[in-house]
Amino acid sequence: MTRIVLGPFNRVEGDLEVSLDVVDGQVAAAWVNSPLFRGFEQILIGRPPLDALAIVPRICGICSVAQSAASAAALADAMGLTPTANGLLARHLIQATENLADHLSHFYLFFMPDFARPAYAGHPWYEAAAARFAAVSGAATAEILPARAAFLKLMGFLAGRWPHTLALQPGGSTRAMTAGERVRLLALLREFRSFLERSLFGDTLANVAALDSRDALAAWAEGRTADFPRFLQFAGSLGLGRMGRAGDAFLSYGAYDCFAPGRWQDGVVSELNPAAISEDSVSAWLRNGPPRHPASGETLVDADKPDAYTWCKAPRYEGQVYEVGALARQVVAGHPLLRDLVVQAGGSVTARVVARVLELALVAPRMEGWVRALQPGEPFCAHGSLPDEAVGVGLTEAARGSLGHWLSIRRGRIDRYQIIAPTTWNFSPRDSDGQPGPLEAALVGLPAGEGAPPAVQHVVRSFDPCMVCTVH
Amino acid sequence: MKVLWLQSGGCGGCTQSLLCHEPRGLIDELRDAGIEFVWHPALSVESGDEALAVLEDCASGARPFDVLCIEGAMLRGPNGTGSFHLMAGSGRPLTDWVSRLAVQARWVFAIGSCTAYGGFSASTPGNPLEACGLQFDEHTPGGLLGAGFRSGGGLPVVNIAGCPTHPGWVVDTLEKLAIEGLQPSDLDAYGRPLLYASELVHHGCPRNEYYEFKASAEKQSDLGCLMENLGCKGTQAHADCNLRTWNGSGSCLRGGFACVACTEPGFESPGHAFQETPKLAGIPIGLPTDMPKAWFVALAALSKSATPPRVRDNATVDHPVVLPSVKKAKGK
Repeated sequence: MTRIVLGPFNRVEGDLEVSLDVVDGQVAAAWVNSPLFRGFEQILIGRPPLDALAIVPRICGICSVAQSAASAAALADAMGLTPTANGLLARHLIQATENLADHLSHFYLFFMPDFARPAYAGHPWYEAAAARFAAVSGAATAEILPARAAFLKLMGFLAGRWPHTLALQPGGSTRAMTAGERVRLLALLREFRSFLERSLFGDTLANVAALDSRDALAAWAEGRTADFPRFLQFAGSLGLGRMGRAGDAFLSYGAYDCFAPGRWQDGVVSELNPAAISEDSVSAWLRNGPPRHPASGETLVDADKPDAYTWCKAPRYEGQVYEVGALARQVVAGHPLLRDLVVQAGGSVTARVVARVLELALVAPRMEGWVRALQPGEPFCAHGSLPDEAVGVGLTEAARGSLGHWLSIRRGRIDRYQIIAPTTWNFSPRDSDGQPGPLEAALVGLPAGEGAPPAVQHVVRSFDPCMVCTVH
Repeated sequence: MKVLWLQSGGCGGCTQSLLCHEPRGLIDELRDAGIEFVWHPALSVESGDEALAVLEDCASGARPFDVLCIEGAMLRGPNGTGSFHLMAGSGRPLTDWVSRLAVQARWVFAIGSCTAYGGFSASTPGNPLEACGLQFDEHTPGGLLGAGFRSGGGLPVVNIAGCPTHPGWVVDTLEKLAIEGLQPSDLDAYGRPLLYASELVHHGCPRNEYYEFKASAEKQSDLGCLMENLGCKGTQAHADCNLRTWNGSGSCLRGGFACVACTEPGFESPGHAFQETPKLAGIPIGLPTDMPKAWFVALAALSKSATPPRVRDNATVDHPVVLPSVKKAKGK
């Protein structure tokens, strides 16, 4: 057996190290280390509660407004405040803009460049992959960056800027849209739709969203030359559709009031009860204790703890490992294509990438609907007051999965603030029962070591990890 | 010009912001200005050992490069070990890497307020992370590299402060360096490039008419000036946010919320709630930069008494309820 340490594992958000035990050229066991500690839960303690809105976006530069939205929801819960109808639409629009921009960045900047690695030089598609997707120099990078920047102009209107806005408030948004600005928002969304249909899909968003099975997807992709069909071609030739399965148990808090919350396993959808969530810190450089529900959770550093190997806790639901992310969100919500992909061959590298790309086709048209539903002149923000003693929970979906904030207020100050980020679920370490986290399980059996293909690279990046959130 | 980029105790938001560069895409913009990345954690293909080899060559001097861009606070804890951030795959504190690389770089850029001054990482009471900036601990010169540090090009650390930084601040500073160099006189007292820090956020604020008449917002989403009640520090914060604008037409003020002065050292611990203005005897403590207090008080009283009804009424609602009047042509 040999031990391989992979790091810095780049083209993910933040710093990541993966250790692999390799036997006969295959991964026998994996350990995922988030080597950076941020300490945000301590930063928040003692602050005025609404300060969380200025602090939590700074946890993460790529999930910034997801953090804002979870915090605003937790504060609204503590205040007993319901956002206005316009405020909710603005929140959906701001979150969807971030989520879709993240999906696009992940696909083009983080994931696809691995197909341009020299290791694939023998494949018939290699020359085309290298020309289009090579990191930095590929033609796609030059195309995607202006398209992404143009799409994020939505944030200039709706949220002032991205990342790190204070526009999301417990009662809605600080920024009311005028009738004229609605027209600009729709124009920006049309521009984005046009980019997606031309470069990513080579087809209409409606046709992509309607794909309902693995066979339908394969038939659709046949002979098509846009970037998503190209991915399907590469993935098919490398067997990525059978690679990188974790436990195939999925969890989602639900998104935009249109993708339902819940859990999915073995073809069965079940309810989600947030009380069943706990965090275990046995493998983290944090003080030991029994697994705790985040409402009573603690984050106390124990940097010299023997046998610990990461700064990441291990969230579990009823003690079980769950995967979160776009695939989980769409499988739980019932999209037939993703359900079929998982039923046929499990939650693979391909399925995770398809889920993100499919969300671009599913959500962009909904954004146009939300803009049309805005009522200029009606309020964008409801107002309330903060009690001196209260608790609140904010559950939302970031691009890369389920994000929860648990807050308690005492004597008018933040007394406890616990966060479980998406990658905390997916890149969690072993828990007290010795269960590895989703990525740790997904890596087992992959080829690794000298001369091995970059399978590990694909599997790790298929989760679209955000390490800075993980170690908030 | 070759740029090496590393991240540490931060959120990666300055890179995400940088990728929003417009009107041209970032990579095209930099390439045509003769600027390329030796390695960037979010963009480069090299991973693991390949990446470590690049970094080791840069640190040893075997591979020359020009600009070291660091994004994120320097975490020296616990107990000075730096093990709150060991660079993946290397087992060595990121602070070690930065110290080694900084002496090889011709110029060192701190990307974002965390890197410049410590930022949120340094704001927990007692600073258990032992976080600092590259050359400052909040307002105090020092930091990881020390007050006396000068890079090979003869400059202290260039602090492109902001939380996050604006893509234009980074790109313009890199391009100015490539075209005509950077001199100490191009930086302000906190090491910030004057090409953006010579302005105040207040300059170009779309709420200027409300400011002039001290017609103030009372609650979030109101259209009025955010200085008197809602914590806005735009009149004191050094940056050109309302002239350059963000993500097309945006800025914090254009988004309807207060400037928290994120380009200033210590912004993360203002000593009051971010979205409330601290006052003494009803007068905001933080008055506009360069304005004597007595003048401000006198002018505020005068302008409040002269506030037009349109401005007064629109200040406390989220959409204009009174429109500017239209003059009718004479004699018709």
